[in-house]
Amino acid sequence: MKLLTDLDAIRALTQGRLDNRKITGEPAGSIQFRSVMVCGGTGCTSSDSNKIITALEKEVHNHGIQDKVEVVRTGCFGLCELGPVVIVYPEGIFYSCVEVKDIPNLVEQHLLNGKPYDKKIYEKTKQGGEILNFEETDFYKKQVRIALNNCGVIDPEVIDEYIASDGYKALGKVLMTMSRQEVIDTMKQSGLRGRGGGGFNTGLKWEFASKQDKDQKYVICNADEGDPGAFMDRSILEGNPHSVIEAMAIAGYAIGSNQGFIYLRAEYPIAVQRFVKALDQAREYGLLGDNVLGTAFKFNIDVRLGAGAFVCGEETALMHSIEGHRGMPTPKPPFPAVEGLWGQPTIINNVETLANVAQIILNGAQWYASIGTEKSKGTKVFALGGKVVNTGLVEVPMGITLREVIFEIGGGIPDGKKFKAVQTGGPSGGCLTEEHLDCTIDFDTLTSLGSMMGSGGMIIMDEDTCMVDVARFYLDFTKDESCGKCTPCRIGTKRLLEMLDKITEGKGTLDDLVKLENLSVQIKNASLCALGQTAPNPVLSTIKYFRQEYMAHIIDKKCSAGVCKSLISYEIDADLCRGCSLCARKCPTDAITGELKEPYVIDTVACIKCGVCFDVCKFKAVVIV
Amino acid sequence: MEQQQTCSSEEIAEADAKLAKVQLAIEQFKMIKGALIPVLHEVQDIYGYLPEHVLKVVATELNLPLSEIYGVASFYHFFSFTPKGENVIHLCMGTACYIKGAQAVLDRLSTELKVPVQGTTEDNKFTLEATRCLGACGLAPVMTIGEKVHGRLIPNAIPKILNEYK
Repeated sequence: MKLLTDLDAIRALTQGRLDNRKITGEPAGSIQFRSVMVCGGTGCTSSDSNKIITALEKEVHNHGIQDKVEVVRTGCFGLCELGPVVIVYPEGIFYSCVEVKDIPNLVEQHLLNGKPYDKKIYEKTKQGGEILNFEETDFYKKQVRIALNNCGVIDPEVIDEYIASDGYKALGKVLMTMSRQEVIDTMKQSGLRGRGGGGFNTGLKWEFASKQDKDQKYVICNADEGDPGAFMDRSILEGNPHSVIEAMAIAGYAIGSNQGFIYLRAEYPIAVQRFVKALDQAREYGLLGDNVLGTAFKFNIDVRLGAGAFVCGEETALMHSIEGHRGMPTPKPPFPAVEGLWGQPTIINNVETLANVAQIILNGAQWYASIGTEKSKGTKVFALGGKVVNTGLVEVPMGITLREVIFEIGGGIPDGKKFKAVQTGGPSGGCLTEEHLDCTIDFDTLTSLGSMMGSGGMIIMDEDTCMVDVARFYLDFTKDESCGKCTPCRIGTKRLLEMLDKITEGKGTLDDLVKLENLSVQIKNASLCALGQTAPNPVLSTIKYFRQEYMAHIIDKKCSAGVCKSLISYEIDADLCRGCSLCARKCPTDAITGELKEPYVIDTVACIKCGVCFDVCKFKAVVIV
Repeated sequence: MEQQQTCSSEEIAEADAKLAKVQLAIEQFKMIKGALIPVLHEVQDIYGYLPEHVLKVVATELNLPLSEIYGVASFYHFFSFTPKGENVIHLCMGTACYIKGAQAVLDRLSTELKVPVQGTTEDNKFTLEATRCLGACGLAPVMTIGEKVHGRLIPNAIPKILNEYK
């Protein structure tokens, strides 16, 4: 078992490693030691960052420079689009799309001779013959990293590095110097609101549970991130798992609980593996278990794997799932803080919420409350995706505008296309348009516009996106994910989907549009849990802001984005066609005919609109009409 | 139900070994509250799906009616009652992937493999599944085949990728 003094000793020993991972601006000639950070997040691991690490280690060894270079596998850097990503300190040089074959040159040129390997330097860090460090790029400049503070900096599988980064200091402070109420007051004053979707004040939630006079209470971490298009929880668990463990222990102390559960998505194997490893390390160090840090405080954490049910993000459903039942919600009250898991007081916090806790304890409530807006404090992590240049993970202060996130950090829309909409809050959220770009991002503004913060997916859509189809896509999702317990949600979402299907097939009527809106409102009002209460949001917001697109589908039978198959057909532009016959050869239904070197023709009756001809044509002669 | 008539001795040994693993998992979880879902995870890990005869064992050991086990298992997408093909393809249908054309990729996979979504090919080589967000939105559209991730997909890339597994 470790004591506070032991942690200090570990910190002193390991601190040097982290000091090496800072941008210093010293001249290349005088650099004695370099840290090579390789992203080990899911995005980069998918594009073989593990092989990069092996190759780097081998090459460093071959040159005999092991004592001058460290190679570290870290959590996510955020800029997933450019993976695998490698950052070299102390210069802060950012390499993107690195391949194994680049490694010998990178090591020889940069690590051995101090000259950055030009070929893979991220384009946007090159300005006027100079190479900027990555923190100066548009993507990183406006970010404030609190929940993601250790992602990309420490090796998540080494507890000593977390400790060196002030890890478990907050737990020590809480156990040694603060009363339970003081912890709760700090959380309340910080203004931290739950990042899982509801946005409820975290300290207040803890206080409710703390006031319950029961012997057994529980702390649950909801790590069942099921929102399509959101992966911040995954990245935190992969890049900074100990921050979640530490926060759960602090929460346990605050409410008087000795048992925590983490409900973790089985579909996230790297996150599961790293979290389980972190748990083992914390237990080994005595940071979990009996007598934490030599005090009388006792706390354990068990892992429960989710099984792919979106509704389990709802807290009562989640608890039923841990109890071994179907994940179906029950009415509130009683709230979990009063009567939760196995009837005992329980608090449920989301991963990102918890990742803020230790920082708040260490730096104080005032510090946290000074970031953000009046009613939305701190930062929010967004998973920026869709039609945006820089897809990835960004953490920004609340109150930043949508325009700053999408156009400055996100780099705008690729391929010269026009921005059309941004969808926030996943299936529970809504679509916002160009006129909202200067609105600030905070809980209340987004809700007032008919969208929501949700867990933080932010999907950008360009002119090639059909908004009716997007609404249909989300309804298809919520219809599948409805647990079926309450009628408005079970049947209502199905009916909504049917009407949207009808409209995208060109069979919709104006009457359907009225019914869509009415039914949406009824489902929102009558559903038992947040899934049903928010399921119609994508429909309502797209009708509100893109009504003309619905009208075009219904009246003109046109899909201007060219997405809805029933409303489009493919034609060959005779002027552009060179008669190469490629489309005819690839067409699965032999709908394309013609003579070589003469323009080809598509038989629209035989055409199944699979789009293969459109994809294969090298002359852009196949057009959607 | 399955392969009962012509089992070789190796097959019987393998079946016994798998069942022994299940028994071990049940022993491990039996004492905790809410053991059913962790046990189902183990069974699916061992067999690749939830075979009926194993669920009967689980029912007896955990003292739960088989109907309840079926009720729980069928609720969650992660659990399957049918065996999967050699290579399970998970095509991400999260929003980021969808916006970037995942539907066309899924259609192409379905055409190339000649199976509907959730289907398994006749030669048992592939099972095609659509999944909700793999959490790798930077690589959209993305799919996994077994452990391997394929990102930035376009429909035309599909035949070549599938060939790697044939």
